[in-house]
Amino acid sequence: MANARLGRTEHIAGWTFIAPALVLLGIFMLYPILWSLWMSFQVGKGMNFSFGGFANIVRLTKDPVFIRALVNTLTFLVVQVPIMIGLALLAAVALNDPKLRFRGFFRTAIFLPCVTSLIAYSTLFKSMFATDGIVNKMLMGLWIIQEPIHWLQDPFWAKILIIIAITWRWTGYNMVFYLAALQNVDRSIYEAARIDGASGWHRFWYITVPMLKPVILFTTIISTIGTLQLFDEVNNITQGGPSDSTLTLSLYIYNLTFKFMPSFGYSATVSWVIVLLVAVLSFAQFVIARDRNK
Amino acid sequence: MTDQALPLATSRVEPRTSSFKVPHYVGRAITYLLLSLAAFVSIFPFFWMVVGATNRSVDIGIGKATFGDQLLVNATNFFTTVDAPRIFWNSAFIALVGTVLTLAISSLAGYGFEMFRSRFRERIFGLMLLLLSIPFAALMVPLFVMISQFKLVGTVAAVVLPGIASIFIIFYFRQATKAFPGELRDAARVDGLNEWQIFFYIYLPTMRSTYAAAIIIVFMANWNNYLWPLIVLNKPEQKTATLVISSLTSSYTPDFGMILFGTILATLPTLIIFFLLQRRFVEGMLGAVK
Repeated sequence: MANARLGRTEHIAGWTFIAPALVLLGIFMLYPILWSLWMSFQVGKGMNFSFGGFANIVRLTKDPVFIRALVNTLTFLVVQVPIMIGLALLAAVALNDPKLRFRGFFRTAIFLPCVTSLIAYSTLFKSMFATDGIVNKMLMGLWIIQEPIHWLQDPFWAKILIIIAITWRWTGYNMVFYLAALQNVDRSIYEAARIDGASGWHRFWYITVPMLKPVILFTTIISTIGTLQLFDEVNNITQGGPSDSTLTLSLYIYNLTFKFMPSFGYSATVSWVIVLLVAVLSFAQFVIARDRNK
Repeated sequence: MTDQALPLATSRVEPRTSSFKVPHYVGRAITYLLLSLAAFVSIFPFFWMVVGATNRSVDIGIGKATFGDQLLVNATNFFTTVDAPRIFWNSAFIALVGTVLTLAISSLAGYGFEMFRSRFRERIFGLMLLLLSIPFAALMVPLFVMISQFKLVGTVAAVVLPGIASIFIIFYFRQATKAFPGELRDAARVDGLNEWQIFFYIYLPTMRSTYAAAIIIVFMANWNNYLWPLIVLNKPEQKTATLVISSLTSSYTPDFGMILFGTILATLPTLIIFFLLQRRFVEGMLGAVK
């Protein structure tokens, strides 16, 4: 579709097709971004702003709640994303085997969690992981634990619960991207490797992973952005508690803007921390992916 | 990619030297075992939701996993506690309007970027991909101030407008358009169709699978949207099902039986859409990743 030169009518058509989207993106994306950048240098309560220079940035470094939210968010990121990407890859590879029976069933089952409504899933997790709830009952029945775990009351286990919940919901979603990409991998490569005696693990590590690298990079970045913005789950399952142990940056921004005395400038500064983190991490992931290429 | 993987496959990987070779069927059995475990973990909460809706809140709290006889009681409680027709209508209206407008605007743009390339438009597209990494949290505050200055707080427009031009969906449609056969377009031009007619009469019917996959993604996102509606919908009669049922769980002693009954209702629309469009969804995803 490489049209080196477009005719005049095509040129106009090119703009008319994308114009509505560009106008909307300008109003609802570009403008707010620039405004929030400007706002992050303003201080004051409510709608009374005055220029504060770096006052908000200084406040960040002295704000223990912000530090805690930052550490929590990064903990979720570092622990949850690799687990989820790994599980999704393994599931996709297993389901890509044409000799596997019940493929359709397994695929649908593993994808199903991401079709649930947010509210169903947070309610379910809240009730299943109650101290006397079904999960503790099952784990104790299987002799995995002796005492019930206080999932919702213990700061450590509350974090684990959030990680379990996100992994449950989004693994199947990532798996579908890998399944789709695996359709394009030539099967004869696997056959050749098998004849050469490569084990299943070797085939996975030296063929599948390099072939899927662009998709893995894409899903990793999407998941990183998603985890850095984590809000729905923590607000619905743990409300950030106990004692701020599951408070995330997004939840803190929400609290700063809509729960406490509104301080738009400061919450804009916190949100730019997320922007910077996303930018740095996406860049790092690109660089790492390129180095492995060599 | 192929030429990079091939040498690895032929030279790096040595034949297995371990003296103990695991029989083939053991690996098979482990695969089935792990997949069954994954399927169980994935499906169990759905089972739990249905069972829970038939039990009393106390029994759910102590992990009773057998069907009870409280379904009617829970249903009655749910319909007397919340204005069910109202909240589901609100949710459905927002999801439908949001989905139709998002698909219209974003598929036009995805098609436009791929079909009519110019250097300037490629630059804009590159900038858009950069914007994709800006988290919603960063836009939330200025968007809210803007929406309140437009006097739109508490309207469907406030909920729907910011999401209509979705960079993710534009990107998705552009990727999928790469698979749209150029000969079809050329033939249509010879037949004298203008660019818009080509889009509506040739492209739309050809790309049904792509649209189906996008419908699933966008409808689910709109139906489940929580944070933004929570901010801009302030009147009780406008709240969506997601917002109202979520507020039930945060009460001091939540009635889980009643709430789980509500969550079944809230999950059904996305489940139905998924099962109706499932086959097309897989095809649509394949088209986009190629």
